[in-house]
Amino acid sequence: MTGTPVLEADNIVKELGRGAGKVMALKGVSLALNPGELTLLMGPSGSGKTTLLSILGCILTQTSGDIRVAGQSTSGLSAEALAGLRRAHIGYIFQSYNLFPTLNALENVRIALDVLGQKGYAASQRAEEVLHEVGLGHRLKNYPGNLSGGEQQRVAVARAIASSPSIVLADEPTAALDSENGHAVMELLARIAREQKRSVLAVTHDPRTLGYADRVVRIEDGLIVGEERRPDGLDAPRVTDLTKRRKAHG
Amino acid sequence: MILTLAFRNLFHDRIRLAVTLIGILFSIVLVAVQLGLYLGSSRMITAMIDKANGDLWVTAYGAKSFEDGGVLLTPRERHAALATPGVKAVIPMIVAFAEWRKPSGGSTRVVVVGTDAEDDGLQPWSLVQGNWDDIKSPDAIAVDNTYLRELDISGVGSTAQIATGRVRVRALTSGIRSFTQSPYVFTPLNRARQLIGVDGDKTTFFLVQLEPGADVEAVRADLKQRLDGADVLTKPEFRDRSLTQWLFRTGAGVALIGGALLGILVGTVIVAQTLYSSTKDHLNEFATLRALGSSSGYIHKVILAQAGLSAVIGYILGMMISLTVLFMSRSSPLPLVMTPGLAGALFGLTLSMCAISAVSAIVKVTKIDPATVFNR
Repeated sequence: MTGTPVLEADNIVKELGRGAGKVMALKGVSLALNPGELTLLMGPSGSGKTTLLSILGCILTQTSGDIRVAGQSTSGLSAEALAGLRRAHIGYIFQSYNLFPTLNALENVRIALDVLGQKGYAASQRAEEVLHEVGLGHRLKNYPGNLSGGEQQRVAVARAIASSPSIVLADEPTAALDSENGHAVMELLARIAREQKRSVLAVTHDPRTLGYADRVVRIEDGLIVGEERRPDGLDAPRVTDLTKRRKAHG
Repeated sequence: MILTLAFRNLFHDRIRLAVTLIGILFSIVLVAVQLGLYLGSSRMITAMIDKANGDLWVTAYGAKSFEDGGVLLTPRERHAALATPGVKAVIPMIVAFAEWRKPSGGSTRVVVVGTDAEDDGLQPWSLVQGNWDDIKSPDAIAVDNTYLRELDISGVGSTAQIATGRVRVRALTSGIRSFTQSPYVFTPLNRARQLIGVDGDKTTFFLVQLEPGADVEAVRADLKQRLDGADVLTKPEFRDRSLTQWLFRTGAGVALIGGALLGILVGTVIVAQTLYSSTKDHLNEFATLRALGSSSGYIHKVILAQAGLSAVIGYILGMMISLTVLFMSRSSPLPLVMTPGLAGALFGLTLSMCAISAVSAIVKVTKIDPATVFNR
């Protein structure tokens, strides 16, 4: 444990579809995210990973249960109020980067600050600063089309952290990347979590990412079926250690 | 960043931008031409009334316009008007259609305007050759140089015949055009009576000038009581009556306004269609913005900025073409008119048109589900 949870999910149920086609995507999930931790949410396709991520990020609303972001319950909030919570507390990283093709790297980061109401020179300075932080100080004026997949994902990471959110949610951040870039992005996320004391949750089914996690949460059929935590004092969890421990617990 | 994103979204697809701009441009040119014609026509119709130096017009009852007053007012009515408190002068004026016989054969219709210079009621303005004293000489008239070919004459010194009377051009005006396309012919009052064969001292209008400080409405009410069978109109009322007659009873104004409305409609539909398809193309980006926590207002501003930018660019291009058309029409029988007011109104209209066009795109983006960002 690294402190008071910044994001808490309590017995979340999510039903998708209607009538005969209704599916229970989440069947009562409880989860708390702590500052300074990189948590991986792993599970097979259709297990409810992305649905849970969307609900935790206030993009989807749950059928029942409660979400608390920085202590504030999201129940009954309007779409605009939820957007306000996202602005204030949450940074997003998407599998397909979702960068604006018509804006360069610097502008792609600046727009996230603009949405927050941060404009002008200070916003440009901050955008430049985070792009330097993710190692793209030399690619500020490049458009997404001229950046590699790894570079685009690093711009997306910079965009997510530019407003210094307490929570960073990443959806399959390495899925579209080769091994080298995948490791670079995971290193970045681990550093953001530990050095900047943010809570980072990454949905993934990429085993290469396990080595960077402080905690691994496993989800299957809409239920959390297991959780492993890096033992205190270790710099990074070993994939094999976590796997062995899960087997021992299982 | 809103303007930057709007600008980049617009210029990202140059072909669609071109279609949008052509839509706006077409709309602006059509509206500018139609309203320019309307304004030009209105000015022609009311030019004589506007230039006349008087506070009230006395016309035969039911006179529909400046050109259609009949020659029915008598000296008795003039004396009654002169006896009205607050009236300084009552200036008689003859206005009537007459047949102009061309020197080389054939004829055309003209509007004879008879008034005396010393009365200071209505004088031909924009004289480019000759003066009012020249028009006082026997048989003298003034015509506008725009209609020389129509009247089959070459200029000052030319002779022709109006009805049965011989006339000689002694002065030329420039730019006094007639909406009826029957050229105005200026001549002294009595000469006008002779030319159109009026009995005695009858006239078409009395132009009433008031004493300084006189109450126009009070004098008007008094005149109405005294002049049974005549209308007493203020300048704005007579203008409106003439405009109604020529623009609306003839249907000309309705056609012009209808054309302008059609232009607005076509422009709105084209801009709405292109903005909607642009928004659809950028839907994932708007969903990303929403996922990043932007308010719906922020996204609406991006779409409205796109509409506003299209409006400004379209307006500039449209006005350039409209002013070219206006320049080319300056020597035509019905020149277009563009005033700063009309240019400003067109800009406002373009902005409104683009803002209305943005509604469908805004409705589309309002329904956006930020969760779609995970489906890409």
